[in-house]
Amino acid sequence: MVSSQIIILAIIATSIATYISRFMGALTSEKVSVKSKIFKWFNCVAYSTLAALLGRMIIFPAGVLADSELIMRLIVFFTCISIFILSKKNLVIPTIASAFLLSFLTNI
Amino acid sequence: MINSQAFFTGLKSLKGARSPALPLAACFVALGALFKDAGFNIQQSAASSLFTYALPGQLVMAESLLLGASVINIFLAVWLVNFRLYPMTVSLFPLLEHKSQPKWKYYLSCHFLAVSSWLIAKESYKKINAKYRIDFWMGIGTGTWLTAILMTVIGYLAADLLNKEMLIGLAIVNPIYFFCMMIGAMKNLAVSISVILGTILGPVIYIFSSEWSLLFAGLIAGSVAFLFGEKNG
Repeated sequence: MVSSQIIILAIIATSIATYISRFMGALTSEKVSVKSKIFKWFNCVAYSTLAALLGRMIIFPAGVLADSELIMRLIVFFTCISIFILSKKNLVIPTIASAFLLSFLTNI
Repeated sequence: MINSQAFFTGLKSLKGARSPALPLAACFVALGALFKDAGFNIQQSAASSLFTYALPGQLVMAESLLLGASVINIFLAVWLVNFRLYPMTVSLFPLLEHKSQPKWKYYLSCHFLAVSSWLIAKESYKKINAKYRIDFWMGIGTGTWLTAILMTVIGYLAADLLNKEMLIGLAIVNPIYFFCMMIGAMKNLAVSISVILGTILGPVIYIFSSEWSLLFAGLIAGSVAFLFGEKNG
């Protein structure tokens, strides 16, 4: 068990570390025009960083997801992305299917 | 001060088939249960989602605590994993800028920046009058933020009722939903290359450097995609 004081310090440190990036982003935004090339570059970097994070969450997950097997996560990933594309971009079906499918595959 | 119509239009994005409420609920319930496991009390769990509100960073914090990492190390690890919020803010806030709006709204509401709210705002900001886009954003953010806090508490309380398979099922919803949303956003060459290359480079660079992988993958994939986009279209 971790002591209560350490937990509170960790929450404060985590919150500050997170807010710094958001606040710096708000400050930088004041100097960036929507039509500029730098805005387009930031847009690409934002999408690719996000994609990198999600790719990592599937292949090298943190938390409870790490207890499932990689092959199962990949099966769920490709199945649900296919459902999304085939269902003309319906978001509800693939997301609900992903939960049931991975629970089921982990259980067998 | 805040245009209520724009604010509530934003808040209402929690309803409907494209709502992020379901995936947000799923992953924060799983997070709440993890916090209980890690020895947090209910107030600490709620406070974490209230003040941090960024799931990957909160996961890193909980896992680092269990491994006995120092607060400085937690700070650095979280900063690196949540650094994505910087380019995400810069690629959204200029779209919400209006000269008549006070700066405090931007400084305060940047706290709402998360994958869910960002994707929704990018998808729908054009429908709102430029003057009130920041109020619209505050509506989206308030809704997603409160959902996250509430669901962390519910996850904490329900931890004993959820077995491992159920928690694993809940945890996969988040990346699947956001991948679908990103595929939906792949409407031009630059964004498409950003998403595909980022997805590949994220895990590949992780093999060499776990902490710096997101930063490097984002910068390399994003810059390549930008150059391709400039050249071809």
